Amino acid sequence: MSERAASDALPLLPDQPAHSASSVLHHQFEDIEQQRDADNFGMWVFLATEMLFFGGVFTGYIIYRTLYYPGFVAGSHGLEANLGAAMTFVLLASSFTMAMAVHAAREGKRGMLVGFLTSTIILGIAFLALKFTEYIHKWHEQLVPGFNFHPALESLRGAPERSVELFMCFYFFMTGLHALHMIIGIGLLAVLAIVAWQGKIPRENYTRVEVSGLYWHFVDIIWIYLFPLLYLIGGRYQ
Amino acid sequence: MSEKQPSVGTYILVFMALLVLAALTTGIAYVDLGPFNTVIALAIAVVKMSLVGLFFMHLWYSPGLNRIVVLAGFFWLALLVSFTLADFLSRTWITSFDLAPR
Repeated sequence: MSERAASDALPLLPDQPAHSASSVLHHQFEDIEQQRDADNFGMWVFLATEMLFFGGVFTGYIIYRTLYYPGFVAGSHGLEANLGAAMTFVLLASSFTMAMAVHAAREGKRGMLVGFLTSTIILGIAFLALKFTEYIHKWHEQLVPGFNFHPALESLRGAPERSVELFMCFYFFMTGLHALHMIIGIGLLAVLAIVAWQGKIPRENYTRVEVSGLYWHFVDIIWIYLFPLLYLIGGRYQ
Repeated sequence: MSEKQPSVGTYILVFMALLVLAALTTGIAYVDLGPFNTVIALAIAVVKMSLVGLFFMHLWYSPGLNRIVVLAGFFWLALLVSFTLADFLSRTWITSFDLAPR
């Protein structure tokens, strides 16, 4: 009790603004710009760890692709390249709407922000729907390792069954991990859209939108690599 | 953070470029270029990644600190991939099981 009394008695620091926007600027930061830089820096550090998190799977992919190339080609040719391309277009479009959402937040345009966040969410869901369709196709083709792997002879294209199975393991693990990130991203954006709709994202402090945008674009970049690495191995010209 | 940010026009241009590059990747897969199919596909992926990173993620306009974080990420990734590959590829007794009799 006496401690509180002592702190109450402390005079205000001279440079303390009389009515600081305490809900916007957290007390540990000098000004809003420093806070924004710190928020962005923190997200970039997280994304660097994410890079290595996915990097482990990509390294595994590179090694097994080197060791079992015919199986990987056969497995890749069993995937629908057009569906993969469609997913790429949808995801690139979602990245564009996300960038526009950050732009709207920066300009303080609430309606535009909610609109672009919602479009990003819809495009994200469209991507997942396409992905899910493809998973169902793989189930019907009996190409799901561990659960339902009895591929028809023609889908092996002369490669050993076990190495095609290995490719399908990588396919499901990499796209599954990516889809998990998409689901998390959609959740983040849904919360943001509600908060933005309530008008609780001030123009001075839109880093929540900016930082979520960085995450969304990162997930997009992962897909930019997954598309050629999974769907286009060895070309499609045969 | 510098105040300069990309304009809506820049976003649209970058988006168009990304769409063209995505179409190009898909199209080129149907042309027989031998080992260059993979090389070109990856080169296009790197360009697409750079466009997204520099403009959508504002790295072009960001403080150097953020760019260093990105470079550090790539550095560690390069270590991970190159050292692991060096190990696997230099062990002559590891060969593709595809080639072994079953």
